[in-house]
Amino acid sequence: MNMSSAAIDLAGVRKSFGDKIIVDELSFSVARGECFGLLGPNGAGKSTIARMLLGMISPDAGKISVLNEPVPARARVARVRIGVVPQFDNLELQFTVRENLLVFGRYFGMSARKIDAVVPALLEFARLESKKDVRVAELSGGMKRRLTLARALINDPHLLVMDEPTTGLDPHARHLIWERLRVLLVRGKTILLTTHFMEEAERLCDRLCVLESGRKIAEGKPAALIDEHIGCNVIEIYGGDPHELSELIGPYARHIEVSGETLFCYALNPEQVRVQLRGRAGLRILQRPPNLEDVFLRLTGREMEK
Amino acid sequence: MGESYAALMPANAYNWIAVWRRNFLAWRKAALASLLGNLADPITNLFGLGFGLGLIVGRVEGTSYIAFLAAGMVATSAMTSATFETLYAAFARMDANRTWEAILSTQLTLGDIVLGELVWAASKSVLAGAAIGIVAAALGYASWLSILYAMPTVALTGLVFASLAMVVISLAPSYDYFVFYQTLILTPMVFLCGAVIPMSQLPSSFQHFAGLLPLAHSVDLIRPAMLERAVSVSAAFHVSALCMYAILPFFASTALLRRRLLR
Ligand SMILES: Nc1ncnc2c1ncn2[C@@H]1O[C@H](COP(=O)(O)OP(=O)(O)OP(=O)(O)O)[C@@H](O)[C@H]1O
Ligand SMILES: [Mg+2]
Repeated sequence: MNMSSAAIDLAGVRKSFGDKIIVDELSFSVARGECFGLLGPNGAGKSTIARMLLGMISPDAGKISVLNEPVPARARVARVRIGVVPQFDNLELQFTVRENLLVFGRYFGMSARKIDAVVPALLEFARLESKKDVRVAELSGGMKRRLTLARALINDPHLLVMDEPTTGLDPHARHLIWERLRVLLVRGKTILLTTHFMEEAERLCDRLCVLESGRKIAEGKPAALIDEHIGCNVIEIYGGDPHELSELIGPYARHIEVSGETLFCYALNPEQVRVQLRGRAGLRILQRPPNLEDVFLRLTGREMEK
Repeated sequence: MGESYAALMPANAYNWIAVWRRNFLAWRKAALASLLGNLADPITNLFGLGFGLGLIVGRVEGTSYIAFLAAGMVATSAMTSATFETLYAAFARMDANRTWEAILSTQLTLGDIVLGELVWAASKSVLAGAAIGIVAAALGYASWLSILYAMPTVALTGLVFASLAMVVISLAPSYDYFVFYQTLILTPMVFLCGAVIPMSQLPSSFQHFAGLLPLAHSVDLIRPAMLERAVSVSAAFHVSALCMYAILPFFASTALLRRRLLR
């Protein structure tokens, strides 16, 4: 991928705080119009990377380019065309919804007239028309998140950098945000989002990168990652002695993981496994197609045994 | 290093205005309470000290003590309002409220934010200084026009102390440290710099030292203006000294804030 077509390009980026390595030799590139996900457990370095893209943290080594601008050197110029949804809301709580957008538009040098012209569409986009004159302190968490999203769009950015846009929201609020983000992708925006919701990544991201302790452990399209790392059906088994069960079905499984009380059995031929379990009382068995969650569990090794 | 420091500086001559207007909007929502809070203290001092001590002291430097004190109070209130605005309100915007973080994700630089905050704090100084001046003028201790003449110095004083306070917030881990700055630096300055006691009353070694402090320069400009005395040649010296006190901490605090906010 050449530089001019990529919205984001990281090459060999490293960052430590003290002697703790936070980002380790990370390289990836995001094409224009693409939705790219950064996945990883708490502390994996997702926010650090997002802030590096904005020039708010400088890498110790490596090269970053965002919208063809070298970062952090010319991050300010890049930020003119970036919209940001930070991990933790930083709205003006004592201002109304409309005032938040007004104040933010001014930071981008927009005139009052220009701001007034775009605010109705942004409010509509964020489904906040009726809350225009409500103080932000009185909004629900989901509304605040939508306002943050609307605020990030005020400068009509080419690229959106979103750090956990749906964390802490109920399923309804989350689905609403997902639906809004899909609209943005249809409009041709590039999105980089961090998340630890596999479902979110699977639904939205064209490509994603799985991080652990600042290191990239996998990268690719969600379906390809699932195929590559799992590539077979999953049987979840609850309510038995997982170790005894794994001995029993081991020969018919490609791979077995025990996480807490649940046994995950990855098998090309699930019927063979089910036959083994037939007649055993007290077992609950769920067969499903594999998903990113399985990939994540497999790759990060968390709570994994075999 | 040099290049990246340059990238911190105000990006242009007007970006800071957006920060100023943000603070103005927030202030307008609480204007009454904030006005009363800002003004009650210096006006109480003016009356309490002015009438009380005035009875004992009589005339000072060829004028009534309360007229002498009024100029000192204008300077002092410029100092305290800019300091408090920066120490408490700007610190909250930087730290707990994440307002600066939000601004840093737009096209503004850290320098734009710092400059906007300094000019905002200086605006509050002008408001506080003007209010005391108006009270003094209404009571006949200064002329209306002389209050107007004093305002540029009041604004400059506000910039100076906002700039110094910006260095304090760039270093202080939390609110708890601000009280040291107030009690160990600001309060002694009020007494050393001729705001309430003529500097000529100090031991001469103190006078030399005190004469270098920023509040002394601003008192030395504001008092002659309010008492309508002739402008002396030393005025240029005082103005340049105040400019240095405003500019150098601006650069220092921006560098220190980068270390704090933009790792
Ligand atoms: N200023 C700092 N000084 C020292 N360590 C830091 C600093 N900021 C972050 N870290 C550390 O860097 C690591 C990565 O943090 P980061 O916030 O990027 O993780 P994350 O993937 O966003 O996690 P989460 O999912 O919890 O948001 C963490 O171990 C954190 O403790
Ligand atoms: Mg994070």
